[in-house]
Amino acid sequence: MSYLVAAYLLLWIGLFAYLTHLGARLRRLRDELRALARER
Amino acid sequence: MIPLAVATAVAFLAALGMIFLYAPLEAVQGIPQKIFYVHVPLAWSTLVAVILLLAASLAFLWKRQPANDRLARSAAEVGALLATLVLITGSLWGKAVWGTWWTWDGRLTSTLVLWFLLVGYVLYRALAEGPREQTARVAAVIGVVAALDVPVIHLSVQWWRTLHPQPVVLRAGDVGGGLPGSMFATLLVSLAAFTLLLAVLVLARYRLAELEDEVEALWLRPALRRAPAGARTAPVL
Repeated sequence: MSYLVAAYLLLWIGLFAYLTHLGARLRRLRDELRALARER
Repeated sequence: MIPLAVATAVAFLAALGMIFLYAPLEAVQGIPQKIFYVHVPLAWSTLVAVILLLAASLAFLWKRQPANDRLARSAAEVGALLATLVLITGSLWGKAVWGTWWTWDGRLTSTLVLWFLLVGYVLYRALAEGPREQTARVAAVIGVVAALDVPVIHLSVQWWRTLHPQPVVLRAGDVGGGLPGSMFATLLVSLAAFTLLLAVLVLARYRLAELEDEVEALWLRPALRRAPAGARTAPVL
């Protein structure tokens, strides 16, 4: 039972962590684009 | 993108419902066998991601279009994530059923080789310095080499008969015949959910790659290149 719970838990943690990471990168790039647009 | 994400969420809810409420308990392995319904679809999505990587890499080497490079690096990064999850879920299933976290079995070892190649691709893209075109070309070659491992993984259980089971779903002339109907139906719904997830992740990563290229193009424009010393430096994307 514990192996099943661990497998499903790690799967969701992995997916959630990657989506959070993508979101953070997206926000950083948008900020960067805005800053560059202001500089020009 | 949003309708696709909603469809993915619905497919995952349906898959989880079927896994825990509909699919029967396997007689020998018991509860740990339910790892099968995520492990196999994860492996399937990894292979689809690598086939995407191969197609995009070959298209880039042929046409040199940035869109193909963006697709290749998106597929490689998502493929690396999925391959990691395949190894983790497989290891947990192996411990529950075989009594070991890892064994140097043909299928496991060839999957680990693919993981190293995909992680190597992602690290190379993150750390390589030099002209973008040259980096993309070298990465495309790494992508093609990674894809060469896919047939090895597929055939490994026939070439080296060790611990990993023979195919039960994709047997020649008998698709799904190795499983009871309810287990096969559950697996199909889970496969659909993970295929949709792959599409959502690759699309989201592709959008990010477009932004990365936009930012880099802005940095490379002459007005910004002539920025005085001490001004902001180009970010590592």
